[in-house]
Order: sequence, then C-alpha cells, then structure tokens
Amino acid sequence: MSALLSWALFAALSCLLLAMVLALARMLKGPSAQDRVLALDCLYINGMLVMLVLGLTYASSVYFEAALLIALFGFVGSVAMAKFLLRGEVIE
Amino acid sequence: MNTPPFWVEAVTAALVLIGGLAALTGSFGLLRLGHFFQRVHAPTLGATLGVWCVSLASVVYFSAQGGQLFLHALLIVVFVALTAPITTIFLMRAALFRERQAGKDVPPSVSQ
Repeated sequence: MSALLSWALFAALSCLLLAMVLALARMLKGPSAQDRVLALDCLYINGMLVMLVLGLTYASSVYFEAALLIALFGFVGSVAMAKFLLRGEVIE
Repeated sequence: MNTPPFWVEAVTAALVLIGGLAALTGSFGLLRLGHFFQRVHAPTLGATLGVWCVSLASVVYFSAQGGQLFLHALLIVVFVALTAPITTIFLMRAALFRERQAGKDVPPSVSQ
C-alpha cells in the first residue's frame, strides 16, 4: 500500500471520528427526544463507514459483514425508537 | 492477490477522502443547524454521498487487488438507500406528532 493511500485512509478515519464526536455531542445535547434518535441514526451510519474504511486499511473483507450488521441493527433500532415516539409502544 | 497499480490507489484515496468529508459535513450540520426540521436533512449527506463513495472505493480497491469484480460492498449501498428514507419519514412523523401534542405551530394532520 502506497503512502498516499495510507495517508488518505488515516485522514478519512480522522474525519469519521470527528463526525462521530459531533453526532455524539448532538445526542447528549438534545434538546428533544427525536433529536437524540436522529443523532443516534447519524452515529451508526458513521460507525458503518468507519468499518468500511478499516476494511480497506487492513485489506480484509471480514469488515463488510460487520458493516452490514451495523446497518441492519441500526435501522431496526431507529425504526423501533421512532415508532415508540409516535405511538408510545413499539409493537401494537 | 496482486498489488494494485498506482492509479487504483489514487482513485481509492480520493473516494475515501470525499466520503469521509461528506460524513463530517453531515454531522457538522446535525450539530450546527437550528431546528429539528432543518437538522433532519443534514445526516442524509453522509448516508448518500458518504456511503456511496466509501463503498465504491472498496469495490475499486478489492477488485484490483483480487483480480476479479468485487461487488459485495454495493449491497451496503442498496441497503442504506432502502432504509434511510424509511427512518427519516418515521422520525419526521414522530416529530410532527410530538410538536402537535405540545401545541407548537406545525401543519395539521392530513389523515382525517
């Protein structure tokens, strides 16, 4: 792996880390419950991108399964929380 | 398993950088914008441009490395493209419902 690519992967990882910190700040700050759910949604998408970039860094395809699982469970969690905010219960 | 040529590494580096910057911009907008109905737009930048660019970078790099077409990463793009609008619509409806309950000035319900 050339120096250009390893530098770019490190820079992208730093950007994604900063993005996760910003989303975490919004999640802690609120002010309403839907803001926190939206911030958690953003946080899991950023985490999924971190997994993909780590897969490129270590040249391993194991990270794809992790990214796919994060996308799947993050979606289920976000929909469940949005449903709870909408109706007051998850399964009616 | 062969070493990819330099232009493949350059394309991968550019795509990964664009994806990371898009996700960073989206999260910055999430923190910076003023109201929930403005904030709900910001993370879609990371969910579309960010996911597309990083997945395409994986496709390009692993295809060149393995010597055959590697399309698994596009599965993630398809999945996120299907699920992100569903989450956003659910959250928007929940936010409208809650603001209506709280007596804020939002459009009335159209379902009846």
